[in-house]
Amino acid sequence: MNIGRRIGLTLGKATRDAFGEALVELGKENPNIVVLDGDLNNSTKTDLFAKAFPERFFNVGIAESNLVGVAGGLASCGKVPFIASFACFMMCNAFDQLRMSVAFPGLNVKVVGSHGGISIGEDGPSQMSVEDVALACALPGFAVLVPADQEAAAALVKAAAVHRGPVYIRVGRPKVPIVYQNGGEFTLGRANCLREGRDVALIANGLMVAAALEASHLLHQEGIEALVLDMHTVKPLDEEAVVRAAQTGAIVTAEEHLIWGGLGSAVARAVASRCPVPMEFVSLGDTYAESGKPEELFEKYGLTAEAIVRAAKHAIARKKDV
Amino acid sequence: MKEINLEELQTKARILRRHIITMTTKAGSGHPSSALSMVEIVTALYFGGVLRHDPSNPTWPDRDRFILSKGHGCPALYAALAEAGYFPIEWLSRLRQLGSPLEGHPNMRALPGVEASTGSLGQGLSIALGHALAARLDGKGYRVYALLGDGECDQGQVWEAAMAAAHFQVGNLTAIVDHNKYQQTGSVETVMDVRPLIEKWRAFHWHGIEIDGHDLREVLKAFDEANTINDQPSVIVAHTVKGKGVTPLEKDYTWHGKALPPDLAEAALKEIG
Repeated sequence: MNIGRRIGLTLGKATRDAFGEALVELGKENPNIVVLDGDLNNSTKTDLFAKAFPERFFNVGIAESNLVGVAGGLASCGKVPFIASFACFMMCNAFDQLRMSVAFPGLNVKVVGSHGGISIGEDGPSQMSVEDVALACALPGFAVLVPADQEAAAALVKAAAVHRGPVYIRVGRPKVPIVYQNGGEFTLGRANCLREGRDVALIANGLMVAAALEASHLLHQEGIEALVLDMHTVKPLDEEAVVRAAQTGAIVTAEEHLIWGGLGSAVARAVASRCPVPMEFVSLGDTYAESGKPEELFEKYGLTAEAIVRAAKHAIARKKDV
Repeated sequence: MKEINLEELQTKARILRRHIITMTTKAGSGHPSSALSMVEIVTALYFGGVLRHDPSNPTWPDRDRFILSKGHGCPALYAALAEAGYFPIEWLSRLRQLGSPLEGHPNMRALPGVEASTGSLGQGLSIALGHALAARLDGKGYRVYALLGDGECDQGQVWEAAMAAAHFQVGNLTAIVDHNKYQQTGSVETVMDVRPLIEKWRAFHWHGIEIDGHDLREVLKAFDEANTINDQPSVIVAHTVKGKGVTPLEKDYTWHGKALPPDLAEAALKEIG
């Protein structure tokens, strides 16, 4: 993806690659980590773990419901299952299994949805996960993570492994810009402030963090200073970071997800209850996408720095309304 | 076959049946007929020497596991767990009440001895497979038993799990199908014909055993046979009668999900003896 190129961000790995590599490292450290696959290991990158630890790797075939149930059983016996498939198949096909076999008993299963969002491109809407964050947030006790780049993905996968309880992590297919060029600190549930600014706050996750940084650059050229938050954890939400962001007087959220039930909804709830300020939302809206190149899709469906800039100006213009 | 006093086991089965009627009538709801059809199966498991378990240590890592996939049959499980000593028998009288660990469907976080939270049909065999694989990873010798309903076999996940269990050759996993011939709105034959059941499981590479699920001798023998099979999972298709032992429940499937009113419960207790 070319997001962030014009502000000098260099292209890194796909977050799914960072996940696969981190998983191998975790496997070395913790013999209780097991990995379950729905016959997509060379796409989700759990093939790396399969090669390193074949006895702890189970390909259950194209059967996500059973995959999740087996993970629940393994977790009941003290294992730490990382289960991976495409985000849409994992969350949509196996939602009741995630509810009953993982969330309700609060089992220590780490659910990884790869190929999140519309940035998978040409394969089209049947493979695109645009509702996974909403579904994951609707499971009581789940932590929900959307890393922005390879650094974030590797660190958050490791944070998920030590977190006690179920976690959902969304990773993506394409190579993405490195937001954390000099590394970064990642704590589950704590947002990272990537840029200070007094006029508006841009709260983003996943690929849209790079877009938000790009937007902050464009806004700066017009004399508008934007604070940029990487809200990599949608749940539990870092409400204190939202409250600080609201001190700018206007907030824009940006996510590669439906407008319903994702980052924007979570931030809006915190803003409404703790720090009302005007908000605008950059998202996919209420629609499925289509086949196309990732960049073309981001342009057509409004997931660009320019869209964030427009939203920021709207939000700033509404400050006087409140 | 282990030395088992059959008469004592039959008495235990009668006690479980009495608990099922008493607790569901007190609760005013529940699925007594689905619990009654599985009484001999849980009696054999908990009191016939099949399960290696320790009621004083419900999380003993080496214990055998029993997972009730047909969660609505839980009055039978609760009765067995109470009689085995997992919790006081008096708790049975608080079935389905606010704050009681004996919920309408099993909650593994609430009640000692419950291995999985079930009630959404189709999921227990997958969970059991996870336990069976964990035993292999940990080099442990425990066995895992999962009890399914015949109507539950409508669920695709059951067959996903069946395929995977045979593929992974988990000889320590035994499924029991409580083939009581009825589901909520009619006979399995009219609602969704799952027959021929045993042939389906065999086609999925399971070792199949077919028995009269109310004949304790046959039930015990079937578990013994399953335990000799080490390179593939086993299934026991237990032919049972929904509502077994209580004439009005046996005669009318529409009692599914309904408790007997007090007068009929009193008659049922007399009939059970």
